[in-house]
Amino acid sequence: MTIFIIQVLNALFYAAVLFLIAAGLSLIYGVMRIVNLAHGTLYALGAYVSAWVVGGAIGHAVAGTLGLVGLLLLLPVGAIAIAIIGAAIEPTLLRPLYRRPEEYHLLLTFGLLMILEDLMKLLFGGTPLSAGQIMDFMGSVPIGRLLYPTYNFFVIVVGVAAAIGLWWFIYRTKFGVILRATSQDRRMAGALGINVGRVYVQAFAIGCFMAGLGGAVVVPAQAAVLGMGVEALVLAFVVVVIGGLGSLEGALVGALIVSFVRTAGIQFFPEIELAVLYLIATVVLIVRPTGLFGRA
Amino acid sequence: MSIVMDTRASTGPSVPRLAIVATLVLVVLAALPYVVDVYQTQLLIYGLVFAIAALGFNLLLGYTGLLSFGHSAYFGTGAYTVAFIVRDLGIQSMELCILGGLIGTFLVSALFGFVCVRHTRIFFGILTLALSQVLWSLAFKFFWVTGGTDGMRVASAKLTLFGGLVDFQGRGAFQRFVFAYYYYVLILFAASTVIMWIIVHSPFGKALQAIRDNETRASFVGISVRRYRWVAFVISGLFTGLAGILWVPLNGLTTPDVLYWPFSGELVFMTVLGGFRSFTGPIVGAIVFNYLKTYAVASTEYWQLLLGVVLVALVMVLPTGIVGTAARVADKIMRRTP
Repeated sequence: MTIFIIQVLNALFYAAVLFLIAAGLSLIYGVMRIVNLAHGTLYALGAYVSAWVVGGAIGHAVAGTLGLVGLLLLLPVGAIAIAIIGAAIEPTLLRPLYRRPEEYHLLLTFGLLMILEDLMKLLFGGTPLSAGQIMDFMGSVPIGRLLYPTYNFFVIVVGVAAAIGLWWFIYRTKFGVILRATSQDRRMAGALGINVGRVYVQAFAIGCFMAGLGGAVVVPAQAAVLGMGVEALVLAFVVVVIGGLGSLEGALVGALIVSFVRTAGIQFFPEIELAVLYLIATVVLIVRPTGLFGRA
Repeated sequence: MSIVMDTRASTGPSVPRLAIVATLVLVVLAALPYVVDVYQTQLLIYGLVFAIAALGFNLLLGYTGLLSFGHSAYFGTGAYTVAFIVRDLGIQSMELCILGGLIGTFLVSALFGFVCVRHTRIFFGILTLALSQVLWSLAFKFFWVTGGTDGMRVASAKLTLFGGLVDFQGRGAFQRFVFAYYYYVLILFAASTVIMWIIVHSPFGKALQAIRDNETRASFVGISVRRYRWVAFVISGLFTGLAGILWVPLNGLTTPDVLYWPFSGELVFMTVLGGFRSFTGPIVGAIVFNYLKTYAVASTEYWQLLLGVVLVALVMVLPTGIVGTAARVADKIMRRTP
């Protein structure tokens, strides 16, 4: 029973991180119809920046003065940095391509992926970076006879908060209305006086922020390593394919499905755990190409 | 005058002229191993192998209008099938390896293609990617069958070419292998190019281009769009699979990396580098990419960065690739000098 509870918590932790990544990917596709192959790498970059900032703060012995809350507040620095990078990428590199076929979008973001992967190596080196001290500070909670890190609960809470926050933002604010209008009909939105260019920058920056936040919250639990972005991207793809590209609810449900299947897979069928995920995505694409929550 | 120009532009260069140019290129390529050293010859083989892969890939992208982000699956299937044949069946004849590898690739691409051609555009891309990742994860996880990340070794010295006429026992095996294998690959490359040229200029190839340009019209004319796409998919997979088959003995090792999706991205990169709107584009792109990558890897630890910048610049500035840009420049010069 204890094992079961811990596995469920693990799945929820994993789902929270996956949701953050996939929601950003989905938001960008929903608004701008761009499949961002560099999205996973932005997640990894977020993890690196956060780990670097937190590690720097601890290294300069300001950890004592900052305290745990201070360190937790330092984590989103990575997410903000990624949002700024996104806001720089969209107008310079993506904007000239909207009129071109989508092959070029994939190619350009693939080029970005290669550039960012190596920039990461250049800036942070090949050794893994971790902000594990945060996890140590937070201690653990006894579950049955075992101990479970408190930090994982924090991540689950962040995931839930992000889901609610994003939902409120998109469906309950004026900016959300503008965002949805632009995603439905770009030209009409422009004709109604919406500054489409600005909406695109904001949407892309928010999407990148989500990816960076995913990296920021994961880094106290798992170290940032090279190659984590490429792996995360494919899983985020599986999530949005199951849930439906461009759908927020889809990203949430997809993240839950993927993480529960994966957790069960690691427990019961470790060899084909990844293959099963890709096969689920394939089956969904065949049966319902728009995903469980996607609109045609 | 302008009418004459137009008809020439629409039909392209005549077949005899094309044959002359192609023969000249072939003669130069055949003479090269006598001029350059073993290492350069080896690099050229890699280039030719990737050219076959890109040629196959472009049947889908350039001629059918489908962007596959999962062609690593067919390259990898070819490579792994050969590795299995050599290890588990103990076969040494390269011809049998090619036959077996092509059968393996045919089965996989027919199955994957059947699923993938149900969709187009972005969904097609993601579907091909997801399916290729299934194979990658199997090769990665079933390490007691595939060696996992260690991969599987295929020793070139044990192989025989041309039905056992050429073998590589004894001294200087590697040099002799590279020399002989160069011609082996060159012959297959030339054959592949001719076959692909015939395919894209056949009624079948024209039908594919009609589907690419306007799917609805093509189906009104009576083309069964899905079946044509499927056949194109399988042919494309077979060419890329052949490249994988030829690549293994040269590389001496196959690892899950050739099944991982960034390798599919490299195939797309090559094709776009050369220009996917022309027949020769992928060939030029693959050979240039191979040199570019080799020298980037040799000269800097951050070769990915370099290649990424090249790709971004290419997409932004030269979307028609090397061949497309060269053709445009040549055209301008021709027009200026009457």
